[in-house]
Amino acid sequence: MNNFVDAGDLMLAFAAEGADIGLAGLAVSGVLILVAVLISLWRKLDLERSLLWAAIRALVQLLVVGWALQLIVGPDDPLFWPALWLMFMLLFAAWTTSRRAAGVPHVLVLSLLAYALSGLVTLGVLFGFQVYEFEGRTIVPLAGIVIGNSLAATVLVSRQLLLAATEQRGVIEGRLALGLSAAEAFQPQLRQALRMALVPQIETTKAVGIVALPGAMVGLILAGVDPADAVKVQISVMYLVLGSVATTTTVMSIGISRELFSSAQQLRRFRSD
Amino acid sequence: MVVHDGFSLRKVVAGPAADPILRGITVDIPNAGITAVVGPSGSGKSTLLRLLNRLDDPLAGEIRWRGQRLDELRPDELRRQVAMVFQHPPIFAGSVLDNFRVATADTDEGRALHMLDHVGLAAGLLHRNAADLSGGEAQRMCVARALLTDPMVVLADEPTAALDGEARHTIEKLAQQLAEAGTPLVWVSHDTQQLRRLANHVLAIVDGQVAAFGHLSDLDGSDDPVVRGLVGVP
Repeated sequence: MNNFVDAGDLMLAFAAEGADIGLAGLAVSGVLILVAVLISLWRKLDLERSLLWAAIRALVQLLVVGWALQLIVGPDDPLFWPALWLMFMLLFAAWTTSRRAAGVPHVLVLSLLAYALSGLVTLGVLFGFQVYEFEGRTIVPLAGIVIGNSLAATVLVSRQLLLAATEQRGVIEGRLALGLSAAEAFQPQLRQALRMALVPQIETTKAVGIVALPGAMVGLILAGVDPADAVKVQISVMYLVLGSVATTTTVMSIGISRELFSSAQQLRRFRSD
Repeated sequence: MVVHDGFSLRKVVAGPAADPILRGITVDIPNAGITAVVGPSGSGKSTLLRLLNRLDDPLAGEIRWRGQRLDELRPDELRRQVAMVFQHPPIFAGSVLDNFRVATADTDEGRALHMLDHVGLAAGLLHRNAADLSGGEAQRMCVARALLTDPMVVLADEPTAALDGEARHTIEKLAQQLAEAGTPLVWVSHDTQQLRRLANHVLAIVDGQVAAFGHLSDLDGSDDPVVRGLVGVP
């Protein structure tokens, strides 16, 4: 998820002009990684290789993203490339979800649908009301924010629903046996899973500006944008994140709930049963 | 053709496809009194009850309820006619009254208190958190909850297996009252003493097949020592 978030934040900051810290600046910031490595050596944490690998990987990934963005975000560039990028992000997120929530029936198709619908709804609002210009420069980073921030919550809700369907089979079948529909019988488990996925995001939103300054805003300010403008962008991003997490997890949970029950309103059995 | 007014099973096969538990059951379960289903562990007694409530479907064969195929009925409507009481009572969140309202949303306190009395529970339990009930109280609450749907038949899967003597006695007495009042029961039991106290008919299942079916007195005279053992011939 962090790759997506960082990419989105960086891309927003990238939109501002005059943000070049230069290769020397980049190299100096790398000194901080050396500090972390020294701490690992000193305290025998055995994390030196992981730290270096993470730092190099982030550097390469972001340089590639930055380079690729330069190719497609010009005002005259065709929308084909951002659309292709969007497709790639959707497929990658759905694939990642299917790997991390293995065992959930039809998880790949469902998550693809959930991310796509969530993007359509949330970005539809932002672009439909012309909060942002509809162009490659905005489509790719905003879609990255939608998909990236929804990923962890979608995996969580998927795992949680499967777990509930296996561990709470007795209670669910108890409700079915009373003549409740599958949707009614599974409602408490669905509610619980959605709350678990959404509450952390709500808490993060509440703490913003107090506990931590969010990445997009920091990026814009560092890039020389007026803090008042940066705040406005950040608020729209926070709302986008909340809206997309809520939409993705809801679509995903409704889809999974349907997969968990047969057309005869029977709770299906899964490998872990 | 005479339509059987209870459950009719024809060549029913059920359980995992690779290794079915029920292997060709054919029987008409009487729509009166208490029919006890007996058999060794793993013989398919609980599988049979789950089929009748349509929590599972058979792999092959046909099940009818009052002449209609189960798969032609709406599952939720069937389940409200065919109540199920489980061995481990499923407790829902909230109070006893909240549990009753899962079964029937418009249950008022008057009806709820009547049901509590019917199953021998004190009125003071109505607003108690259901999770705090003892095993016996929870099972009786689940029986009351199931009866709130006004079922035509009650399926009971070893409902007293986890209960002590007094709680077991209360549930048995309630079953007899229900049967006498015209609500038949299909009762899975391991307890031969209980079977002899309650059953009008007995269905003995061995290795997924009907080993014997009839009045208790008929099975007492069976030539099969396994059947005689299952019904606890004195």
